[in-house]
Amino acid sequence: MEWNEMSISKSIPVPLIGQSDYMALLNSELVFSRNFSAASSTAPPAPGLKHGPNGTMFLSSGIPDLDKILGGGGWFTTNLLFYASSAKDPRGFLGTLPNPMVSKDDKSRVHETEQEKGLRIAWQYKKYFGEHNSESQRDGKSEYCSNFDLRKPLERHFFSGQRIDCVSLKESADLATFQEHCSAQTPRYYHYNGNISGGHIAIQSLCSPQCEFSNKMEMSPVKDMFTCRRSGDACFYQISEKFGQIVKCCSSYNLCAFACFNSLLQKLQHLADTLVSVKAIPDEDKELAKLLTGYQDMVGLLSVHKVARINTQVPAILEATTFSMKLQKRRSLILECLNQAP
Amino acid sequence: MANAPPSTLLDEALDGKGAAVFSTSPAAGGRMILVEDCVETSGAFVVHHLLKRCLSPHSSDVVVFLSFAHPFSHYDRILRKMHTAATSSVEQKRRKGWRSRDQGKTSEDVFIALFGEIQKAVELSLSHAGRQHITVVIDDVSLMEVDANGSSNLVLDFLHYCYSLTAQFGCSLITLNHDDVYSNEDRPGLLLKLEYLADVVIKVEPLSTGLASDVHGQLTVSNKGIHEGSGKSRNKVHNFHFRIKDSSVEYFYPGSKT
Repeated sequence: MEWNEMSISKSIPVPLIGQSDYMALLNSELVFSRNFSAASSTAPPAPGLKHGPNGTMFLSSGIPDLDKILGGGGWFTTNLLFYASSAKDPRGFLGTLPNPMVSKDDKSRVHETEQEKGLRIAWQYKKYFGEHNSESQRDGKSEYCSNFDLRKPLERHFFSGQRIDCVSLKESADLATFQEHCSAQTPRYYHYNGNISGGHIAIQSLCSPQCEFSNKMEMSPVKDMFTCRRSGDACFYQISEKFGQIVKCCSSYNLCAFACFNSLLQKLQHLADTLVSVKAIPDEDKELAKLLTGYQDMVGLLSVHKVARINTQVPAILEATTFSMKLQKRRSLILECLNQAP
Repeated sequence: MANAPPSTLLDEALDGKGAAVFSTSPAAGGRMILVEDCVETSGAFVVHHLLKRCLSPHSSDVVVFLSFAHPFSHYDRILRKMHTAATSSVEQKRRKGWRSRDQGKTSEDVFIALFGEIQKAVELSLSHAGRQHITVVIDDVSLMEVDANGSSNLVLDFLHYCYSLTAQFGCSLITLNHDDVYSNEDRPGLLLKLEYLADVVIKVEPLSTGLASDVHGQLTVSNKGIHEGSGKSRNKVHNFHFRIKDSSVEYFYPGSKT
């Protein structure tokens, strides 16, 4: 089955566009790690950061299911975000993202660790409590994750704060100015409240025609981003949904329209620690409906091509690399592993 | 740790049958080894393996390491995991690295300066410690191209200069490059020229049947210069599977794994 045909045919429901943008924005990158000294590894990490194997540190995606696949864990509001896009006013886009879900369970989760809860709740009650909360508590990682309500747009105070910097790439010849901006601003946030704090550098639509430099077929975007990652200590760059799509097309399903970017994209793929792509799923495809259970509820497919492996040479082999994206109660995104990938 | 590390299929493919340890003074001067990989299967482990051979207590090699892909701490950690004995020798041996991040210079200047430093390091270690074998490792060429602002000619020139060291000083040259970066070019000039220069080309590919947890991919080692007893040389191609672990890599022929 040809993939490029598929990606044209289905119109994605509106909330998903927000979410998939969001996924690409907050998630597709996500796992970044650094070598922390022994001293810092004993201290509890700042919100949104998690110690991983091999002396690494994980920064989360914001989607619990994806965190589970990739090894992240995450907290939305406290992370630093540098966001660049080709739009005139990049901040406008942030308002289209979904809002973090605040429930009564969430409130209690924020302040308690699993063990504290375990002490307070007798085991037979804990059993029911656990059942009730099982959706968000898998692996006890819940305290790192925010859940998002796709029906509500992001509240203004989340993205008007000082910890989010927006830069428009519309008239820049390359990413150099953005990179300088990031390196200049990072030390200011780096030790947030005395803790090492995590952050994201997000670049949306890197290869879109609006970004002048993408047409030059130059290596400069890669180079700039590479230095971005190295210089912005706790940060890493993120690539947008649009870019994710291009990556997808070039990685496994060659699409000639994007062929000119191929060399650049391949280099980026090699550079990336984590490589994820999002695909649309065609409407009313009878063959596919037969193949996939729950086809009606699926809004798209997520493929995991590469999982970050730092300070080790052993590759991460996932049991499945294709996941279906579904909406749960029309408000939260869940990922389900597909045994038979189209 | 007096015991020599056991020879693997990869070692045998590189050195010819029966060569248990990397010979410290290759008969025909230095060789150039090119490692090619793709996004699906990283070839970094081959570079680690070659590094480990150079830095093992049984060889007196000096490694000149050019890292564009990772910070040195990354390699240090991996080498430590691969072989505890390697750690001490890493510290004893001289390792040099540069990153061409100088501002205000053209890429050409940077590359010329970089080669100057490599040459100086090679000459210095030859004069100091007598007849040592020097290995120049570059990880990786495609990122070097990025640093050269996409000019593959500049990179090729640089690699040609490095290659000249193999004849001049008997150095070995190990380079990693990504195969798929060039897959859509009409004339993948850089890659072809590198393949032509290299004495050994090691190709790392995923299995055609997809990813599996017990076989991580396959290696094709094309050795252009196997020297036989009678002085003849011939091409030899080895093909086997591998499975990467933290401390070592298992190499085995297809179907031979129990």
